[in-house]
Amino acid sequence: MDFVPTPSQTVGPFFRIGLTEKCSVAQIAQPEAKGERIRLTCCVLDGEGLPIFDSMVEIWQANAEGKYNHPEDWQQKAVDPAFLGFGRMGTDDDGCCEFETIKPGRVPGPGDTVQAPHLNLAVYARGMLRQLYTRVYFAGDAANGADPVLALVPAERRETLLAQPDPSRLGSWRFVIQLQGKQETVFFDV
Amino acid sequence: MEVVNERSITPYRRCPPGSQPPVSHPAYQSNILRSPKRPLILLPHTLSEVTGPLYGQASIREADNDLTRQHPGEPLGERIIVTGRLLDSNGRPVPSALIEIWQANASGRYAHARDQHPAPLDPNFTGCGRTMTDENGAYRFVTIKPGAYPWFNHYNAWRPAHIHLSIFGRAFVTRLVTQMYFPGDPLCALDPVFQAVPDEKGRLRLVSRFDLETTQPNWALGYKFDIVLRGPEATPFEG
Repeated sequence: MDFVPTPSQTVGPFFRIGLTEKCSVAQIAQPEAKGERIRLTCCVLDGEGLPIFDSMVEIWQANAEGKYNHPEDWQQKAVDPAFLGFGRMGTDDDGCCEFETIKPGRVPGPGDTVQAPHLNLAVYARGMLRQLYTRVYFAGDAANGADPVLALVPAERRETLLAQPDPSRLGSWRFVIQLQGKQETVFFDV
Repeated sequence: MEVVNERSITPYRRCPPGSQPPVSHPAYQSNILRSPKRPLILLPHTLSEVTGPLYGQASIREADNDLTRQHPGEPLGERIIVTGRLLDSNGRPVPSALIEIWQANASGRYAHARDQHPAPLDPNFTGCGRTMTDENGAYRFVTIKPGAYPWFNHYNAWRPAHIHLSIFGRAFVTRLVTQMYFPGDPLCALDPVFQAVPDEKGRLRLVSRFDLETTQPNWALGYKFDIVLRGPEATPFEG
């Protein structure tokens, strides 16, 4: 056989049976994990701005120190046993799901750069033949201006990568994933 | 002799053009409003991309890879054994990787509230399984062959029989969700999801093959389905 990657196919409308009914992960960080606790609500909207109830959001992030719990992370930083780093949820009728986590620390970028705090996000849905990758940054974070990945994005589209604080709930952030349209979220070819 | 830079990361290979379905594929109706119109922005890999959740200690229970033993009785349908290997694009096995599957029952009905296809549910079949690859990247599921079912994409549209698979590799960018089809299914030629893969060779990678060797006499048919994930680019030291 050749070793060309197997093609992606849609998760379809019934992925809950296999992926999120029994095996969803809302708690990326346990209560005793180190760092600034946050709740992150992710909402997925289609090209008409309507909520997508049959989509799935996956998150991968570093811990509060900016360390990934993975052998490829060469940094001499401690992993946090109370921190999983991975989350996965199906969206509800409003197109949303909510994760409990901590704000990640900064991780190294190319060369001597340091990346601003961010979560890596993949979205899956009926109608999508493959997952789309984006990143969640935090509005107002002083490090955003020097982030090497945000620098790849045209200035007028960077805002689509920013989670916004919810003024009515301390520590809550909201990130809207607009699959298409005027405010279309920036997606990355990874 | 070069000095090894401990700060270097090994990026993952990108897929050859035509081997993966496009982001936009309007023949699949529900794709029309769910696909971005602007080009994706090329992201050179950083630590964020080359790491990902590892499932070395994932809790897998005994019946999780045998979908015919999850209820008091046996499900109806044709018993099948699906085996294969998980490899990367360098041809190396991917051990300790989590594979999750879900599927319709033998009548083509999912155990899901939103599935309105008027075919019978099977009280002895949920259609959900999980397993870990072994040290050689091998995996095995026992299940029943799913039925084809109608959907609303176009007039008289039917999905070919398929099993959904979700695979975690070593990195967030090697994550794969796909579908396995069965050899000789005439519905594949008419299916916009299957046909979304531009290369014919790519489409054939989605089709399992009948395997007499894993077929168990008087019990179940064997199908082979090998899966390839993106692998790391070779380092200078690997030639």
